[in-house]
Amino acid sequence: MKSLLGVLEQGRVLVSDGAWGTQLHKFGLEAGECPELWNSTHRREVLAVAQGYMDAGADMILTNSFGGSPSKLGHYGCADRTAELNRLAAEISREAAGEERFVLGSMGPSGVILMMGEVDEATLFGGFALQALSLFQGGADVICIETMSALDEACCAVRAARSATSCEIACTFTFEKTASGDYRTMMGVAPSEIVGPLRDAGADIIGTNCGNGMDGMVGIVREIRAVDSAIPVLVHANAGKPQFVNNETVFPETPEIMAQKALAVIGAGANIIGGCCGTNPDHIRALVNAIKRG
Amino acid sequence: MARTAGHTGERLFLMDELIEKIGYCVERGKVDKASPFPADMKGLEGADELTQQAIIAGVAPDRILSGCIGGMERVGERFSRNEVFVPEMLMAAKAMKSVTTRLKPFFQSGTVHAKGTFIIGTVAGDLHDIGKNLVSMFIEGNGWSVVDLGVDVKSAKFMDAIGKNPGCVVGLSALLTTTINAMAVTVKEIRSHYPEMKIIVGGAPLSETIAKDLGASGYARDPQAAVSWLSTVGIAA
Repeated sequence: MKSLLGVLEQGRVLVSDGAWGTQLHKFGLEAGECPELWNSTHRREVLAVAQGYMDAGADMILTNSFGGSPSKLGHYGCADRTAELNRLAAEISREAAGEERFVLGSMGPSGVILMMGEVDEATLFGGFALQALSLFQGGADVICIETMSALDEACCAVRAARSATSCEIACTFTFEKTASGDYRTMMGVAPSEIVGPLRDAGADIIGTNCGNGMDGMVGIVREIRAVDSAIPVLVHANAGKPQFVNNETVFPETPEIMAQKALAVIGAGANIIGGCCGTNPDHIRALVNAIKRG
Repeated sequence: MARTAGHTGERLFLMDELIEKIGYCVERGKVDKASPFPADMKGLEGADELTQQAIIAGVAPDRILSGCIGGMERVGERFSRNEVFVPEMLMAAKAMKSVTTRLKPFFQSGTVHAKGTFIIGTVAGDLHDIGKNLVSMFIEGNGWSVVDLGVDVKSAKFMDAIGKNPGCVVGLSALLTTTINAMAVTVKEIRSHYPEMKIIVGGAPLSETIAKDLGASGYARDPQAAVSWLSTVGIAA
């Protein structure tokens, strides 16, 4: 099995992919539709999103499985298709990536809160384990748990992926800048606080995704690096904070601006850089070029 | 005489202390004695037990309620200042719920009146409910009657609820950047039937400017802001 950690050890900064949701909407996914269902009904379009990022020169591609936990799929009456839809997601990304490049199986939050007793730990664990196993069976090299805000849920997902697969595991949190200028998730977790628990749970790569653009990522990466100078850090940034102009949601950061800003994030200690909401293959191409030059 | 007066004074003092304690439990999210949250109040009586004691002691239900509203306001303000986060808010709302459950008979008997009716839902195409639930719980905790329509709520469903609740105020929630459009459509459709309807919007991708562009009457960046806004516009309802 390929090792992303092995490649990172050679010291090269790698480029990941960009947004899936906003890209799928461009291909016709309607608000309110189940994106993961498209792995079965619109394979060609999902493959086109993945292929776009591979053609742009990304070293790795995620999968169309962010909302692929049984609890999220349950909103669409698809919980019983968890295994199938996640396996298909990984197969599609594998087809785009070929054998050389990496496939990172995406797992987003379950949408239910452990501390409020909305779900018990065993159920949550079982759901994440099934999702991770299916992504692995579909060809994922790495499981990428992302957009996390609660430590207990993230650690549960990491342990589940660790027990169900032999994949390397990445886990990224979403932070917002607070009134006092530091960074916290909506559940109140600081970047420095994720490092130890995620490492103990079995994560190989940690980091941050979404947020309000590359600028904020610098401070977050610095805070993680202050706690752990060695662990590989992954950053998937939005193309800035969304704006609503002429009845359309627009993201302010152009590929050039984003790529320029990304160099500061790499300077702060990030090892893998990619995009989140509002980014497209042009952003990724600009990142690839900037890193080559830089 | 002096003895009796002393007792009455003492009793009033105890009542005030109970109300203050209940408000503090709500602020800190201390639900009941068994609850391990917050850690520094482990083993102490919570909002649930203290409310029971207050009712037995004869404290007026509306005084208990106003004590709680104070507690909710304080934690809501701390959330606005980013001093506490979603878990503390959820626990405060849970503590508040334990109080309102105990006070339910008084609501039903008409001893305590709701401030008005607030209809809330996450707009069509969006399944996120953590923010919507928080706002819903905080507004209910502030003394409003709340009709929570859930997630992925189409305009027709809002319209139906508005029809059934004359004089209501409406709240729309969205988390996805892709559902801001659905919010715009919902505001427009509600306005086409109810041009004067008070509509407040909120959610991560929104801002004061976007809310204005959508045609909403108000924008709340957090639950406490929604409560404050309602107190300025809603009373007339």
